[in-house]
Formats: sequence, structure tokens, C-alpha cells
Amino acid sequence: MVSRKVSRRRFVASTAAASTALVAAPFVRGAYAAGKLSLGLWDHWVPGANKATEDVIKAWADKEKVEVTLDFITSQGNKLLLTTAAEAQAKSGHDILAFSTWLPARYSEQLVSMNDVVEPLIKQNGAVNGTVEYLGKVGGKWLAVPATVGSQMKGPCSRIDLMKQLAGIDVQAMYPAGSPPKADAWTLDAFLKAAEACQKGGHAFGIGLGTTSDSVDTAGAIFHSFGAVLVDAKGDITVKNDKVRQALEYYKKLIAFLPEDAPAWDDASNNKWLVSGKGALIMNPPSAWAVAKRDAPKVAEQCWTHGFPSGPAGRFGPFLPFFWGTWSFSKNQSAAKSLLTAMSQPEAAEKMVIASGGYDLPSFEKLTTFKTWAEESPPKGTLYHYPNPHNHQTLSIAAAPAPHKIAEQIYTQGIQTQMAVRFAKGETMDKTLDWAAKEIEGFMRN
Amino acid sequence: MADIAARGPVAIAGGRSSLHKLMQRKSTIAFLMALPLILLILTLVAYPAGYAVYLAMLNKGMTKFVGFGNFDFLFGRETFWMVVYQSCLFAITAVIFKAIIGFVVAHFVHNIPSKGQRKWRGMLLVPWVIPPAMSTLAWLWLFDPSYSAFNWILAGFGIDRIPWTGETGWARFSVILVNVWIGAPFFMIMYLAALKSVPEQLYEAASIDGATWWQRIWYVTLPMMRNIIAITALFSLIVTFANFDIVRVLTKGDPLNTTHVFATWAFRVGIESGDIPLGASVSLFMVPILAVAATFILRDITKRGSEV
Repeated sequence: MVSRKVSRRRFVASTAAASTALVAAPFVRGAYAAGKLSLGLWDHWVPGANKATEDVIKAWADKEKVEVTLDFITSQGNKLLLTTAAEAQAKSGHDILAFSTWLPARYSEQLVSMNDVVEPLIKQNGAVNGTVEYLGKVGGKWLAVPATVGSQMKGPCSRIDLMKQLAGIDVQAMYPAGSPPKADAWTLDAFLKAAEACQKGGHAFGIGLGTTSDSVDTAGAIFHSFGAVLVDAKGDITVKNDKVRQALEYYKKLIAFLPEDAPAWDDASNNKWLVSGKGALIMNPPSAWAVAKRDAPKVAEQCWTHGFPSGPAGRFGPFLPFFWGTWSFSKNQSAAKSLLTAMSQPEAAEKMVIASGGYDLPSFEKLTTFKTWAEESPPKGTLYHYPNPHNHQTLSIAAAPAPHKIAEQIYTQGIQTQMAVRFAKGETMDKTLDWAAKEIEGFMRN
Repeated sequence: MADIAARGPVAIAGGRSSLHKLMQRKSTIAFLMALPLILLILTLVAYPAGYAVYLAMLNKGMTKFVGFGNFDFLFGRETFWMVVYQSCLFAITAVIFKAIIGFVVAHFVHNIPSKGQRKWRGMLLVPWVIPPAMSTLAWLWLFDPSYSAFNWILAGFGIDRIPWTGETGWARFSVILVNVWIGAPFFMIMYLAALKSVPEQLYEAASIDGATWWQRIWYVTLPMMRNIIAITALFSLIVTFANFDIVRVLTKGDPLNTTHVFATWAFRVGIESGDIPLGASVSLFMVPILAVAATFILRDITKRGSEV
């Protein structure tokens, strides 16, 4: 028997080489390559929508002979958020986890680079919008893969009849099904006039002014429409500028036509406002329309989802993407990447979109023209413009382009809606700006 | 060699007997019986509490120790002081009202003939027994910004709708009201137990001396219930300061953060905004203040106990 003495230097070099080979190796199916993979995915609120994802994963698992464990985790009561925080702290958990909007950046140091997955997907499926890139790619590293499931737009969902009767606006003519928008006249001024007319007609626009996501997203898009940025990309506070003042002046006028209790609204309030027949317009993905289809079909028949009004700086629609990411402590990273590639194929994305009734939005350019959006009804074509098929508006997120750790706090603490409400309630402009600047100063700490 | 051999078994026997004696001591048995609970407390209370203190002393990125830096930072924040004010207002007002309502209702129940008393006791405990997150959901529907059942009733009487959760004053009133509704039965049951332990002879003696209704309460009932009142108030104050579910479900801290209490603000800052050390600092802020209050109240109770 020949024994061979291995020097310390050789041992370290061999171990490092072996580890690198293991991590970097492509996922190859073989009798011993299978292993296990656990996933924690967002539990869809559209009944049956999880099934499409489940089918895609099962097909991949059968083909690759991998034992997959699948957990659908609800975002109700922040369960998904808490699970993510717990896994990050414990450095243990699912191999693939669904990360909501800001979380890839929050956990950037603990996530595996997905460049080798996302870059080929971009080549295949087309570019992703700027918001997805801002949220998912930091320092040239894709932190996670843009997910179809859960990604959404929060543009206007208008009542065709009420907008026509009370504001004289034909939203179907402005955003015709199957054709590019003819919405040059759909500006923030027109929006304000329509809000006033509908409020006087007893059907006010249902826009929340609380600190939950729906309220913040609308505020973010309106601020962007004025070019109003609270913190720039370099991290400098830019609260005290004329564009922010203009946005606040506009909001003050708008708030006068919104329901009085809008500062107390949460993400369910606007849905109820539309479904009950009280509102002429809300800012929401088609979930409110889907509920109306079930509970108030007459209301659903009059709903039309379309683009955001444009402001002096352009037309911005709020986009909230979800991501699928893999922790650096995951033990089966190559299998995870293989599965994520399978989940992002056009056929898989289309299945997910169909199962969600058009709610889910793929982030890739070539995947925004599936038949579902054109065919969903009533009325037919109601969701045609939901995925922004004609790139009519810039998809945006509130608080961008601030560095993520600052932007996330501006977003989650609803700084923009709070500024709007403070100013509208009679606080002076300077005091509101001072308050915001001081709050944001507090977000700068490392 | 022989000595050693002889000493060995004796020493072992001595060891066994001292272990035997130790095991027969009441204090040892008590300790062993309490051990599972001690371990449970260490795991579920002491460790998380210690970990929270550790987290509160880290920087935002959780990469370096900053001592009391997070607290220092909080002291300079306007929103934080608003949360301190709101938490104190919420806890103190709610405890006062729970104590008053609990005291009054306990007297009513105490005066019901014992045959029907159990039914009333059971019914009155219902708000306390239902999980608060669930009952608060029912309150949320009653206060709903747009479809409030209360406003619907008020409209029936021609009264203007009230922005229950939409305006700061009303929103604060609403969260306190729900807390009082949930917590008053606890006071009621504690006070009822205390009332039942007041010797009837004291009231008889007071009646013979011509004491009025008020004098009987002031000079007999209250002194006899003093310890229970103090303990209940202290316990409730701590629990109310730590309340999370009512504000979280009912207002989420809105409008304009004016209904946030420590726990909900800590959640907003720590979990939702990703600053766990700052969230931990917010949640720990009241610990020293409540600890001092608890020490004084418990010392007073012990002192009175030894006087009796």
C-alpha cells in the first residue's frame, strides 16, 4: 500500500479547486446528480394560480430526477417577509425563495449571483424594464431572477361608464384593446379634472393615502411624473427642490377630491371601493376586477385597466416585481439555477399568466403579449394594456433612484404619502420638506 | 496501599449517601421539578431577550458593535418621540379605563345572586378569551373607513359619519377603545376574586358604624383590594405597552404614524424596513422604565404583605 503525504498547501489548493468545480459545474442530470431542492414560493391569492407553478416544477423535477419540496408561503400577515428574515438570520432554509420588491437588495450579500441565469434569459426573452434592473441587479450582479408570479402593475382601473358620464372621458377609446394607446390628452391635469368631476358626481377616485404599498406606489408614480426625487442615485438628499414642491401642490389639489378617510386606507380599501360600485377609478392590478367578476359582475363589466396619466417629466406606471433567488448557503445551487431557468421559459411564464387570470406579469419584454391579456373579459380586452405592451409608460417604483437601503425605507415608511397628507392638511411646505429631509437623514445610517 | 484500598469504598459510600441526602432535600426536589420550566424560560424568554439586547447594540448592517448608538440615534428622531407619546397615552389611558370598568362590573357581578353569577362571569369574559387579532378584525369592520357599521347606525339618526381610523384623534380613541374592550374582563375577574375574599364581617361592622356606601368602598373594599389592584394594573400596563395586534390590524400605525406603539413601530422599522438593530432598540426602550415601575410596585406589595 502506498501512502502519500499531502502537504497543507496542496490540501488547501485541492479543496478550493474541488469546491469551485462543485459550485460552478453546470447542473447535469445523472444517476447521482439529482439530490434535493426546497422552494419557498409566494402563495398566490388567485385561487388555483399556484397549480401552474407547481406543474412547471414537477415537470422539471421528473425530468431531472430531483426531489423537490415546495412551500407556498402567504404574504398575509407578512409571513413571507418574516420567513425571509428568519432564513437570512439562521443562514438556513429554502434553496429557492421568492423575494418581494426590495428584498434582493436587502440581502444582496447573502444571495448567489444569477448572472449566468438572467443574462441568457434576457437574450432569449428580451430586456427587462429599468425598475426590475434597479431592484434586482446591484453592482453588476443579478441578485435574483425576475419572477413572473406575483409581479404586478398598479396602474388605473377605471369604470368605463362613470368616466364617460361624469368626466367625459372614454377610456376604451383612449386605450383601445389590441392597438396602441391614443392617450396624449391623458395628463395629470386631465386626471385632476376627472377626479373632481367624479367626486362631485358621487363616485370619487379611490386612491389611498396610507403607508401601505398601494398608496405608496401611486404617490411614487405621481412624484416621478414631476421628476420629483427625494434622494438621488448618489445618495444625496434632494427633498428641497421645485419638482418636489410641484408634486406636493398637485397632490394637495388631488386630495381634495379623494375620499376623506383615504389617509386610513390600506391595500384592501381601494379594492372594496371599486367592487362596491362607489369608485370611478382605483390604482391596482386586476385583482380588484377579478373579485368584482365574482362578487359584482355588473361592476366588472365596466372595468378597464389602462395606463397612468403623464406629467411634466413623463408617464410613469408603478411596477412591483417579485424575484426568485438562492441563498449563498444553499446546498444545491446548480440545481436551483437549472430550475429557475425552466421556470422562466416563455411557455412556463404563459402558463403562470393564464392561471392567474392575467394578474402575473413577466418582466421580460417579449413576454408581455400573451393572448390572456387580450382575451380576458368582461369586457373583452379589459387587460390588454395592463402589461404595458406598447411601452407607453416608464415602469417605475417609488423612491427610486435612491440607493436601495435608503429607498426601501422611504418606501416602507410611506414618506411620500405622508408628505402629501401633511401638506394637504395645512402644514406649510417648508415644514413638510424639513420633516421629510430629517426622516430621510435618519435612513442614511449604516 | 491497604489504607487506600480501605478508604476507597468508604469514600464512595460517603459520596452516595451525600447524593442521596441531596436528592431527599425538599429544595433539590423542588428545583428538579421546576427544571423543565426553568429550561423553557431560559430558551424562550431569556435567550430571545438577551439576543434582542445584543441586536440592539449592532449597527444597521449588523457588522459592528455600536453600544448605545442606536438609542442615541432614536433620541434625535421626531417620529420616535411621537411613538413614545402615543405608547404612553395608549397604555396609561387604556389601563385606567380597564381598571375603572373592571371595578364597576366586578361589583355588579358580585351582587348578582350566586345561582346566575356563573353565566354572567362566562359571558363577560368572552372579549378577553377571543384571540385579539380575530376580535380586532371584527372591530376593523365596525370602524372600516368607508363601510363602518357604526357610521351606518349614526347615519340612521342623522348624525354625520365619524372618521374612526382616518383622523388622528379618533384613530387613537379607536385603538384605546378596542384595548379596553379586550382587557377589561381580566380586571373584572381579578377584582371579583378579590371582592369575594373580603370578609363579610368587615362590611357588617362598617354598617353598624353607620358607614355610607361610598365609605364602605373607600375604607373597606379598596384597602382590602389594594394588592390585587396594584398587581393587576402593573401586569396590564406591561402587556398593554407591549401590544401589537390591535394597532397592527386596526390602523397599521396610520394616519401619519400617529397610532404606532413600540411594538408596531419596531416591526415597521426592523422587519419591514430592514433595520433589525434599530427595531430591537425601539422594542427595548421601555424595559428599564417598566422594570423600575415594577420594582417599586412589587416592593410596596411585599412591604404591605409583611405588615399584614
